[in-house]
Amino acid sequence: MMEIRFHGRGGQGTVVATILLAKAFFQDGYYVQSFPLFGVERRGAPVEAYLRLDRKEILIRTNVYTPDHVVVLDDTLLEGVDVTFGLKPGGWILLNKPSPPADLEPFAGFKLAFVDATQIALKNLLGTRTHPIVNTAMMGGLARVLGMPAMTAIAGAIRNEVPSKPKANIKAAEMAYKRVRVLEPDE
Amino acid sequence: MQQVLEGSHAVAEAVRLARAQVISAYPITPQTHIVERLSEYCADGTLDARYLRVESEHSALAALIGAASSGVRTFTATSSQGLALMHELLHWASGARLPIVMAEVNRAMAPGWNIWADQTDSLAQRDTGWIQLYCEDGQEVLDTTIQAYRLAEWVNLPVMVILDAFFLSHTYEPVDVPDQEAADRFLPPYQPRFMLDLENPCAFSQLAPPNIYMEMRYNIQTAMDESLAYFDQMETEFEGIFGRRHGAVEAIQCEDAEVILITSGTVTSTSRQVVADLRHKGEKVGLLKIKLFRPFPVSRIRELTGTASKLAVIDRNFSFGASGIFAQEIRAALCNLPAHPPVYGYIVGLGGRDVTTEVIENIYYLTKNSTAPQQESVWMGLHEVNHAIGHPR
Repeated sequence: MMEIRFHGRGGQGTVVATILLAKAFFQDGYYVQSFPLFGVERRGAPVEAYLRLDRKEILIRTNVYTPDHVVVLDDTLLEGVDVTFGLKPGGWILLNKPSPPADLEPFAGFKLAFVDATQIALKNLLGTRTHPIVNTAMMGGLARVLGMPAMTAIAGAIRNEVPSKPKANIKAAEMAYKRVRVLEPDE
Repeated sequence: MQQVLEGSHAVAEAVRLARAQVISAYPITPQTHIVERLSEYCADGTLDARYLRVESEHSALAALIGAASSGVRTFTATSSQGLALMHELLHWASGARLPIVMAEVNRAMAPGWNIWADQTDSLAQRDTGWIQLYCEDGQEVLDTTIQAYRLAEWVNLPVMVILDAFFLSHTYEPVDVPDQEAADRFLPPYQPRFMLDLENPCAFSQLAPPNIYMEMRYNIQTAMDESLAYFDQMETEFEGIFGRRHGAVEAIQCEDAEVILITSGTVTSTSRQVVADLRHKGEKVGLLKIKLFRPFPVSRIRELTGTASKLAVIDRNFSFGASGIFAQEIRAALCNLPAHPPVYGYIVGLGGRDVTTEVIENIYYLTKNSTAPQQESVWMGLHEVNHAIGHPR
């Protein structure tokens, strides 16, 4: 079983990203489970959401404590939230950031990737100039980093589920897929 | 067709497939996505139902009592304080023998304010004459909501379909949504035995003096017994069409188990994994899931627990001054047997605290390593509590 934790802020589409990815992975033949951090969501407040996937039925219905990978939709969270908490050694951390973090110390022992999802969202007119919706771009970035799910499955999930600007959202996912950069250990 | 659905939406899909005709709702916290999705279906014509947005949960049920009295299929959903506010009318719905179906999302009672999973809200309504069904996943909640109408209409009693907040209501997972044709075969249009009818005017819910009231209560109990007997037949029919059955109770590896864990709701699902893992290590553990709480399936529980040496009841609820409520029921079910295994009670997960695999495993080992229950309930994972109470002079 694989567990992925998503960190974002209310309004960025964090919970929706896990739902869309659940649908995309399901289309790819996985059994899936996704849920938000059970709480009260407010715009701008830190939110978490989770995705579990497995080749067989998932029975456990508990919170995620030791994720395999982490996705961070808002890099301002890095100041207040320990996004590596419980993360398994060697797991991916995918950041929404135009450039690699200056201080790599907090990410030691993990694999780091980054993509400027905010820029991609703005370019595709997703959300507003002050509140770009970056979730679909981050989905594309994650698909590249993990090598799954297939981009066709991601596009399908967006087409079926996103009522507003599905084409621009698919474009954002595709752009992020191409632009995501992996930080090599010697960089 | 298999879809990735939220638990709340699985209920809404079932209500759509059941062709509910009147839906009432009070759309504010602690309400869930169930009635939100149904309001969309009513607005866009997917579901041909009258949607009543009322001013309280008390009114939500009052509206359905009126609607159901006119012989139509009805639905509402609520949680915690909302259910508590319905209390008076819960009695009215069963006493008037109306087959209303309600989804109840288990949320903790306030204060302190808490919208998270806890079964005390619905269990506090156990004596209101409603059939209660506790579900563990999205598929079961969809299937059970459809079945609830068959059950309710067969015995003329209201049915509560109960699901844990968040761990089920807000969790997305694959759910098979049947097509309308199959649902219609299982659930034909409602044929009321009695209804408000201008051609045949009758008085409803009139004064029932001592010479008839007791028989009316006895009739409700008879209907409860009948629903218990009918449950298996109904599920066999359901299985014939949809290929699935869940059981009023389900025994998992109980035949040779020394310790049987007894669960309800989503804790069952996690416990399935724990039992599989413990069995892998050679532990003789079983799991008994209780889905049907009212009527309580006493004889099935007696049969299925008889061979174990210890029972561990896991309750995400509590009756103050007593114990976990499922534990009480299990003790009551077994007490008149000449011999039965000791019943250990464990309190977990109140107010949405997570019931992890470690908590369940811990319960198993505590039970296994104990010679006899030392207390009615063991509260699992409590933080340090200050017991000091200042008494007035």
